[in-house]
Order: sequence, then structure tokens, then C-alpha cells
Amino acid sequence: MRRYRRDTALVDCGGANIASLRFALERLGLEGHFTRDAGRIEAAERVLLPGVGAAGAGMGRLADADLLELIPRLTQPVLGICLGMQLLYEVSSEDDTPCLGVIPGQVDLLEASPEHTIPHMGWNQVQRRAESRLFDGIPDGSWFYFVHSYAAPPGEHCIGDTEHGRRFASVVNKDNFFGVQFHPERSGQRGQRLLKNFLELPWN
Amino acid sequence: MLARRIIPCLDVRDGQVVKGVRFRQHRVMGEIMDLARRYREEHADEVVFYDITASPHGRSVDRSWILRVADVLDIPFCVAGGIRDVAGAEEVLMNGADKISVNSPALADPDLIGELARRFGSQCVVVGIDSSGGNGRWRVHELTGDPSLSREAGRDTLDWVREVQERGAGEIVLNCMNMDGVRQGYDIEQLCAVRESCRVPLIASGGAGAPEHFVEVFRRACVDGALAATVFHSGQIAIPDLKEYLATQKIAVRD
Repeated sequence: MRRYRRDTALVDCGGANIASLRFALERLGLEGHFTRDAGRIEAAERVLLPGVGAAGAGMGRLADADLLELIPRLTQPVLGICLGMQLLYEVSSEDDTPCLGVIPGQVDLLEASPEHTIPHMGWNQVQRRAESRLFDGIPDGSWFYFVHSYAAPPGEHCIGDTEHGRRFASVVNKDNFFGVQFHPERSGQRGQRLLKNFLELPWN
Repeated sequence: MLARRIIPCLDVRDGQVVKGVRFRQHRVMGEIMDLARRYREEHADEVVFYDITASPHGRSVDRSWILRVADVLDIPFCVAGGIRDVAGAEEVLMNGADKISVNSPALADPDLIGELARRFGSQCVVVGIDSSGGNGRWRVHELTGDPSLSREAGRDTLDWVREVQERGAGEIVLNCMNMDGVRQGYDIEQLCAVRESCRVPLIASGGAGAPEHFVEVFRRACVDGALAATVFHSGQIAIPDLKEYLATQKIAVRD
């Protein structure tokens, strides 16, 4: 199994359910370290920004750790997962929370209907909107596991989208920042491949 | 479009997977980790682990197996049974479970649902409802893990379905006791009635015996997922075959 030369930092922005991401990285032969330490995050080869729960609480924890300035300045590959992806946007309408502002746009509540229950919970398909190394070996229309109520519209940095009542951005990329609205660590072999692709992205 | 979920349920007692008929006469079906690995390979969409001994006996349980399961499973899983408070739920989630499911403790203290939802988010909070009845009227049962304690909970099922959603439940598993373990099909009438008042994901449980039962429950009751135990554990229905069949019936499933 491939050894990664340097550290991958998992930013500790709270949420009880983070063990599964650590296990997924271990299955790829990588030891992930949860950290809030700015120096360690800055020095890491790659940064994962996981997170479950509300946007306000997630931003609050990043503020407490003094990471609000640092994260948008990072130059290594950064992957936001679920809430971590939402925090990359400018603002979330969940508690009107200003976010990190890496990606333009606003995160809004999905609309519930009898056919489209909220939270959007379960396996849904990602339709590719642009080529990316993140998708290497992953067929268009593959199924991934989602658990969320808020989502961003498919804007200019959307490279994959998904339909649940309306289409929303399920994969985004701007420069070295990536985001996935689903949980790759809980999405079977496709999710594992996506994480592996992220871990093998070149870092300048 | 969301895939309809196929969910094997592993009833766990003393570290082994067991299954009873109509909640009685439990027999050993296998080891937890062996079945977890098998369902991962078979592309189950989710797995529910239900500790059937935990709730009735009022004792705390050994949760170390959850960490081992989380290490092996790359699909979501839910733990039910014996979760009575926020601290108990936190232990389960920290060990790597994606969701927690509460049943009898929520009936004893309905505020628990809101406390869990505020602390962990509704998406983690599943409410299990054991229900039986007919002719348009169904009643909730509690402490069903132990035949000597199992009793009617004094609540109408449809009222309870509405209440748990208001309190913050993110998903409901409706276990139709009339049908449990008898493999005659899901309780379509009851599931349709509950579906009408259920805006969160609804999972059908109890009665699966043949692939046609899954088609019926997805088409007629429009549930988000179908849970079963014996037919999967015994190998009578292989999940890959079931999904292939559902796809031919134009039901969206994850391949």
C-alpha cells in the first residue's frame, strides 16, 4: 500500500461522527490526524475539512481555533466534506452564517415535498459537469451517500451535481479547494476511490 | 433521484446476531463481523444493528463492537437499542456509527428526541416505532425486545409519527409487528397510512419474504427503504439479485 510522505490534516471542526473518516483513511494506508493547530494544518500535505451539524456551530469552532483567516489562504489540496464543503461558500442561510468565502455563492435549505423528504438522506447519483482528477476511475452517474438538508446551487465552480427536488452542487472545485456534499467515507468503493484520488492530487 | 435503500437488520444479543419470530424464540444467525463484511460485499445500502437485550433489562452494554464494525464498513450504519440519553448516543456516534435509533426510551421520555436532534442534528436521530393493529387504527408497543415486558405504549401510531417528527426525528423505522418474522409481505395498509403523515425518510420493517414484497412496498407505500433480517441472513434473498430484480421493475437502486 502506498505511503504518503507527509501528513494529512483532518481539521477538527466538531461533530461526533468523525471516526468513520479516520477509518476510511486508514483503509487507504494513511494515518489521519485530527487537529486544530494552525501550524500543523499549514504544513500538512493535504487538508480534509469534515463536519456534520449546523453551519453556525461549525464556523464557531473554526473561529475558536483561529482558523478563519488561515483556511482560505491554504495552497495545498483541501477537501471539504458535507458541512465542510458548505463552509467553503460565502454564506449559509442556516442561521445566516457567514462562511469562509473561498467559493462564491450561498448555501440554502433544500425544499421538502412528499417525494423529496428532508434531510436528503441516502444514496444519490452524481452527474459530472467538468473533468477532474477527482473523478478518475469513477463512472459518471455513480452513487454516493448523502446526509444533509442544505446545499449550494450548481454555480460556476460546480464540477458534479445531483438532483433532489432541485439540482444542487454535489462536487465543487476552485483552484486547490475541493468540496463534496456526500460522504465519501461512507460511499463504498466509489467513495474510497474518490478519497484516494484526492490523496494523490499533485501539490505544487 | 434517491435510491430506495435495502437495509439488512442485525439483531444483536450478547455479541451475536439473532433473529426471532414475532419477537420471540430468538435463534443465532451468525457473528456480527462476518455478517457486516458480507453485507458490505453485497452492496447493502445501510446496516442496522439492533441490540435487542439492551433496552428491557436496563443495563449498559459493551459498545466496543461498534468500533470494529466502523473499521470494516464503508457504508452507513445505525445502532439501536439501549440508547437512553445524550451521553449514550454520543458514545455510539464517537465509535463510528452514523445514526442512533431510539424506541422505548423515546416513549418514556419524548424530550429525548429533541435533545438528541439539537446535540447531533436530526440526520443522526432515527425513531423506531413498533406498531400493530388494523382497520385504520394502529397502536404503538414498547419494550418489545423482551416478551415478558412487551406491552402497548398507550399511544396511537399516527399521532406518535407526527409527534416524533415535530420533536426532531430525522427518520422513522416502522416495524409492523403483525407481519414480523412471518414473511408474508410488508404491512402495506399501515405503511401507506404512516407515509401520508411522514415527511422524513420512512423505512419499512417486518414481513419481507420474497423479492415481490420489496417491489410492492416501494411502489405502493412509497417508503424510502426496506429493512429485513431473516431473508437476508439465511441467504434466501441475495441482495445483488434483489437489486437487479428491482431495477428491472423500474425501482431506483444503487448498483
